[in-house]
Amino acid sequence: MKKLKSTFTNMVVSLTGITVISVALLAWINQETQEPITKAKADKLTLAIDEVLGTHDNDPTKKPDTVKVESSTYVIYPATLKGESAGAAVESADPKGFGGELKVLVGFDKEGVILNYTLLAHKETPGLGSKAEQWFKKGQKGDIIGKKPGEKPLQVTKDGGEVDAITGSTITSRAFLRAVNRAYQIYEAQKEKKSTPTDGNSGASSQAWKGAAHE
Amino acid sequence: MATRELVHKHGKELHMNNFKIIINGIIKENPTFVLLLGMCPTLGTTSSAINGFSMGVATLFVLICSNTAIALLKNLIPDAIRIPAYIVIIASFVTILQMVMQAYLPGLYQTLGLFIPLIVVNCIVLGRAESFAASHGPWQSALDGLGIGLGFTLGLSLLGSTRELLGTGKIFSYTIFPENYGMLIFILAPGAFIALGYLIALINHLKKA
Repeated sequence: MKKLKSTFTNMVVSLTGITVISVALLAWINQETQEPITKAKADKLTLAIDEVLGTHDNDPTKKPDTVKVESSTYVIYPATLKGESAGAAVESADPKGFGGELKVLVGFDKEGVILNYTLLAHKETPGLGSKAEQWFKKGQKGDIIGKKPGEKPLQVTKDGGEVDAITGSTITSRAFLRAVNRAYQIYEAQKEKKSTPTDGNSGASSQAWKGAAHE
Repeated sequence: MATRELVHKHGKELHMNNFKIIINGIIKENPTFVLLLGMCPTLGTTSSAINGFSMGVATLFVLICSNTAIALLKNLIPDAIRIPAYIVIIASFVTILQMVMQAYLPGLYQTLGLFIPLIVVNCIVLGRAESFAASHGPWQSALDGLGIGLGFTLGLSLLGSTRELLGTGKIFSYTIFPENYGMLIFILAPGAFIALGYLIALINHLKKA
């Protein structure tokens, strides 16, 4: 076949044809992948929640709660074990990481002690700030597991706190700890919200664990 | 008899050519070390060996698809609008890749996410469309895509391994020496330029020898 000449009609027909085929193809692939994409995202969240929480027998993603702290809305995933509260996984963020927003998921037990954490999204420098993924975990240098931000907000040693910052990434470490402290505030705010009498069926039990938290 | 011999000879020549096309992309016209094309993903994604390798494979996929499609459609595309037409074709394949990765390889997508859409404007892909697929058949163009893609993958893996080794003491997350002795700069942007520069120098030196 000979190559089409560059006349106006040829150009319009050719480019339109290619675009229409592309659009059709993309629409089809989009339809096919939509379900797996939603599933992959949900799986990732479930995995993250399971990682940061202790034993629980409910599906925390089913009944997420939203809490407003300082004009931003945060999501919190409450966990229960045999009908009793077993803490919650809290989504929190700090906008001032080294590369931008740092999103974390922090698990608390019902007394507000940090069980575990995971980074949901971050833009920190690979090999430097990105070490936050492991640095603050149990047995690592900046271990924050088992600490209780309610007694005293977590801070790096440079700022008078007791958490070792990641070597060469103080900005990331500060942002991370701010996000964790904020997660605790969110957790507390949600407890208060729950213990108000408007919420009839869970009022009594949350009153009880509010008491426990203040022991 | 003569015809059969001719066919045989032709077939053999074709076979040689196919092989040559692939080798050409890997060695003689290696996009990373010889053509120096597509430097943005080359420098941006090679902070670790696995990232570089994955980016290379993603580009390989787009190269084969776009080269084949363009070779098939080349006579239907008038010269004056060939660039927009090629870009639409390339962008479609990149978007397909992006959606499929998001669905089935979410972990990898999170690491490479930003750079996947940028394959559209990777000069290697458009460059091969212009300089090869537009003047060759679909089969040869696919092979050229394969060769250039492999060359790109090789280049990115090599650069990624070098940076990961010097920066963190690992290759493909396999520890070679303790991380504390790593030179952090190789993980960062300046290290990408330094490592690439030395690799090109080394390859040029080996070529001369």
